[in-house]
Amino acid sequence: MGLVLLSIGLMTVDHREHHLDSVRGGLSVLVYPLQWLVDLPGSTSEWFRESLSTRRELQEENASLRTQQLLLNTQLQKLESLEAENRRLRALLDSSFQVGKRPMLIAGLLSVDMDPYRHQIELNKGTLDHLFEGQPLLDSQGVMGQLIHVGPFTSTAMLITDPSHAIPVQVNRNGLRTIALGTGAIDRLELPHIPDNADIRIGDLLVTSGLGGRFPPGYPVAEVIDVEQDPGRAFSHVTARPRALLDRSREVLVVWPPVLEGPPLPPASPADETGNSDT
Amino acid sequence: MNLTRHHGGAVILLTFAIALLLTIIPLSDGIRALRPDWVALTLIFWCLALPYRVSVASGFFAGLLLDVLTGTLLGQHALALSLIAYVCVRLHQRIRIYPIWQQALTVLLLLILHQLVTLWIDSIIGRPSRPPSYWLQSLISAALWPLVYRLMTALRINFSVQ
Repeated sequence: MGLVLLSIGLMTVDHREHHLDSVRGGLSVLVYPLQWLVDLPGSTSEWFRESLSTRRELQEENASLRTQQLLLNTQLQKLESLEAENRRLRALLDSSFQVGKRPMLIAGLLSVDMDPYRHQIELNKGTLDHLFEGQPLLDSQGVMGQLIHVGPFTSTAMLITDPSHAIPVQVNRNGLRTIALGTGAIDRLELPHIPDNADIRIGDLLVTSGLGGRFPPGYPVAEVIDVEQDPGRAFSHVTARPRALLDRSREVLVVWPPVLEGPPLPPASPADETGNSDT
Repeated sequence: MNLTRHHGGAVILLTFAIALLLTIIPLSDGIRALRPDWVALTLIFWCLALPYRVSVASGFFAGLLLDVLTGTLLGQHALALSLIAYVCVRLHQRIRIYPIWQQALTVLLLLILHQLVTLWIDSIIGRPSRPPSYWLQSLISAALWPLVYRLMTALRINFSVQ
């Protein structure tokens, strides 16, 4: 019966404090061989597909990637000049605006299943690659989630659609700030507490607001797909669809805070429109 | 029986490892929630067969590994599996002589206990409730019990695990 008390104690400590991270980290090393084994068929078939693809396929892929890179580079040129202009204008307004490079790392997903009622994924990078708890996760389309447990070789991330996840966002069009809650459905976020007269429309892009300091500001999160206004209620019912390919991405980007010189990042103002991307 | 030397600890560990593997093998979204509770089935079998070797402590440890693998609260499955192991070891002499279908019913009750404890803990920490299909997992696992029992018994005799 001592073990029952021990497990209850463990749960309490795990839920409230962070003393158990090392225990979980140690256990995650222990189960890593199992995860690696389960992941093996998927990764080997990927490897086979890559090494057995024909020369022509590779050439085609190369050509398409080249075109894509050209297009992206062209857009990047414009972005750089826009960023410089933005900084000049902000300097005129005396507002502090931090620019810094955000280091990023590409991590692969382990193809293992977790609890079916939680939206979590397992990544193949851990503290050995300097990942830390609470770090944001992106894919090429938008914000995916954040890391919740980090072990030496692997880490667990919670997706933005998990029912216990909330992310501060703002409407890209007018800077209306709100919070997007996960629903437990992989393709839906909910925006509670939006007054009936708020300016929000179907098709609006929601970007991270940077409030809370966990997610970098200005990254696309979701697109509003439904606004339901019930005259009997104080708030309208707004749902949004995440931009990131939450159930399809095989690779994710882990983002570090920007390398800054000077004081820490002040909270972003609502009118912040860095990384403005059109839908 | 305690005087005979212990055999085949590796086999016991291997069956637990396989059960954990089966728990995290990716399935398609539709049937993920119906995945049988392999670790609990394995634990129940060994608790019935060798209660002096596999008992509460083994359940606790298997549960901890399950917690880390499935990303639940550390100790959640550990508590549930320790309870299952405790009940099993207490009643093993009675359950052993049941006919197989009656054993399956007992296993069903134990598995429901596992799920109930998980659900309680989840609701205490404020996670949303689960759909009714949640309980199908226990039914499917219990229906698989006769198969698991035959297979594991064959394994046990083959490798003379004592």
